[in-house]
Amino acid sequence: MSVKTIAGLEVNVSEEGYLEDMSQWNEDIAKEIASEIGIELTDKHFDVINYLREKTEAGEALTIRKVGKSGVVDIKGLYKLFPKGPLKFSSRIAGIPKPTSCI
Amino acid sequence: METKEIEKKKEIKEKKPLEKVCIICAKGSLEDVYATLVMANGAVMEGIETNVFFTFFGLDGITKKTMNHLHTATTGNPAMRMPGGLPFPTMLGGLPGVETAVSGMMRKQMGELDMPPVDEFLEMITAGGGMIYACKLAVDMFKLEKKDLSDEVDSIITIGEFYELCDGDRTQIIFT
Repeated sequence: MSVKTIAGLEVNVSEEGYLEDMSQWNEDIAKEIASEIGIELTDKHFDVINYLREKTEAGEALTIRKVGKSGVVDIKGLYKLFPKGPLKFSSRIAGIPKPTSCI
Repeated sequence: METKEIEKKKEIKEKKPLEKVCIICAKGSLEDVYATLVMANGAVMEGIETNVFFTFFGLDGITKKTMNHLHTATTGNPAMRMPGGLPFPTMLGGLPGVETAVSGMMRKQMGELDMPPVDEFLEMITAGGGMIYACKLAVDMFKLEKKDLSDEVDSIITIGEFYELCDGDRTQIIFT
């Protein structure tokens, strides 16, 4: 674990750049992490991010299948929003832990 | 000499992530097909270019009629257990209907882990840009046609064409 300054705030991040404490997250942090990855966030991105945060808060394990069935976005759309890392990148931007699911 | 050694060490440390996987599925049991699908979908999710080649009995995994009713072998499978962990008697596994029931149970358990049925799994792979191919030789052998196969199958190709898809120095071929 290390401390990193993102969008002017000091946050705890894992070795791979995931926030350790999801309550330290805000939208500016999301935007900065996203631009590091090379993604410019739109409202649609935030719909997905908020969904991921809600589910994580509720203690649910996330899979792309679950996101695809959420009604927020389908799987194809999820790949379009977060190319090459539909669950990994979206989780990192959402400030939640690295997904542990294989699906 | 010294700088050379340092450079050598640097070279070893530099990570060379996988860029492409080509997965071959030649067997048609539930576990063989799912091993292929999980690995393929996992690769797509990691941003790795993915080609999947179904051949021989593996074609059951992409044939519309069979893909959602795959079986796991209840005989000749020493890892098969009863619910609760006791060994599964081979004699029992041979009784009519047992394999169907056990396979249905396995599919149900997989569903509980959010593992999708085969048709949906194939859709997930192609949604992320993964490519699904059928082996021409096997398709001819089993007297199948393109229309018998899942709509997610891109095309029927020869093994030569498959190898052409496997170019690149960070490519791995996986045979499940």
